[in-house]
Amino acid sequence: MITLDTIRKRFGALDVLQDVSLALRTGAVTALVGPNGSGKTTLIKIVLGLTRADHGALHVDGKPADEAGAYRRAIGYMPQAAHFPVNLRVGDVLDLVQQLRPGEAVDDDLARAYDMDGIRDKFVGTLSGGTKQKVNAVVAFMFRPSLLILDEPTAGLDPLSANVLKEKIRAVRREGRSVLITSHIMTELESLADDVAFLCDGRLRFAGPVAELLSHTGGRSLEDAIAGLMRSDRAGRRAAVPASGAVPLSPWLAPEPKGAV
Amino acid sequence: MNVVSLVLQAGLRDLSRNRWIVAYTISFLGIAEGLFWFGGTGPQVLLSMLNLVLLVLPLVALVFGTIHVYASREFVELLLAQPVPRRELFAGLYLGLALPLAGAFLVGAGIPFIVHARHGATIGGVVALLGAGVGLSLAFAAIATWIALFTDDRLKGVGLALGAWLAAAVIYDGLVLGAAAAFGNYPLERPLLGLMLANPVDVARVIVLTQLDVSALMGYTGALFERTFGTALGTGIAAAALVTWCVIPLGLAGRRFLRRDF
Repeated sequence: MITLDTIRKRFGALDVLQDVSLALRTGAVTALVGPNGSGKTTLIKIVLGLTRADHGALHVDGKPADEAGAYRRAIGYMPQAAHFPVNLRVGDVLDLVQQLRPGEAVDDDLARAYDMDGIRDKFVGTLSGGTKQKVNAVVAFMFRPSLLILDEPTAGLDPLSANVLKEKIRAVRREGRSVLITSHIMTELESLADDVAFLCDGRLRFAGPVAELLSHTGGRSLEDAIAGLMRSDRAGRRAAVPASGAVPLSPWLAPEPKGAV
Repeated sequence: MNVVSLVLQAGLRDLSRNRWIVAYTISFLGIAEGLFWFGGTGPQVLLSMLNLVLLVLPLVALVFGTIHVYASREFVELLLAQPVPRRELFAGLYLGLALPLAGAFLVGAGIPFIVHARHGATIGGVVALLGAGVGLSLAFAAIATWIALFTDDRLKGVGLALGAWLAAAVIYDGLVLGAAAAFGNYPLERPLLGLMLANPVDVARVIVLTQLDVSALMGYTGALFERTFGTALGTGIAAAALVTWCVIPLGLAGRRFLRRDF
């Protein structure tokens, strides 16, 4: 279980994240959505320890995230685009990541599904964008961490490969592990996500189950609901109403009391 | 295997296949071999190579190093997302850049001197040239790493790298010469020696020239130069200055890597 407690981050004069508190449910797929520049990537980077929050706390399985980064054993990460060194072979990349995480249980389902053995000797620089994205996915799913963070995971994948990946995400959820996923393809998220966290202008406008969002906004689909949220957010800003009051947070997403696991 | 050696190995694999590094190696090999081929004796080739090393090596280490660090940015982020300490990752990434650069120079410039050992270059001179070249590679790779971590603007970073090269390899000597001319009525010998140690390119020049018995060619400060650096202690001081030129930028780059947001 990963919890973020009143996370704040400012870059210069820009408040990128403002008091974001979020708890990712165990065994659920949470879709992190929001317009461009809403703070999604910064939030993901804070969870990964790539960016440090100015304020707030990150807890992994009840313990504060350590500076040395050992807590990242609980996390698998798939960035939006794969940029591996072009002169390394696919096998070099896979072996490197595997050796950086010794002793972790290996999950080779996706590697087999994407036939990594067939391209192990190929140089990364010779791969197509889609094949690089498959390697990217295999790296993220190589172990069995309790949380997978997937940033636009199907971007660049052909329909069959995207389908394989989505099936793998569902399998991860069935195993009781959590997934945090971002995508601009709402239909894709709708087919995968149990919960939604909607960020806008660095504030968490909604966080809760998809069904709750649909009933709250009256939307027929996730796309409708998110579009409705964005419209109400814009209208709220035009009317100079404090945007934080746009949609209430679900009770289960309130910051946990100190000392609670 | 620890994180440093794993990341270093990946860097070595990547850059040993990099076409620019291969071309860099072949260029040194071709030029040194060509100088021997056209009748140069060992000391003449050594002096010609010294001028090349002092000009080209900082340029390649700075520009290639800066571009390489920028190009590795997303891969570094992926590695940082693994459960590994930043300090070890930084050490592996720096060595993965600096050692291939130094190795390319060692192979390219070293092989011709081994092949033509009978042409009279002293072992001390060859070792000084190769050692100074390795030192310059490590120092300017550290400066390049620091520049690339200092600013996210790639154009600005490459501009800073070129500026650093111009300052160290071209402008600095002009300024020192100007100062010597302007303050010619004052006893400038010791301040000038201090200024030499403040520039890694000059330090590398000093290390090699002390081994070649041509320091008298340096004119104005020649006598003092020879007296001060023409000893084991003098060479040691110059070598220590070059090591310092590796350690300080590396420390600054490491500090930046540990603290910055990616």
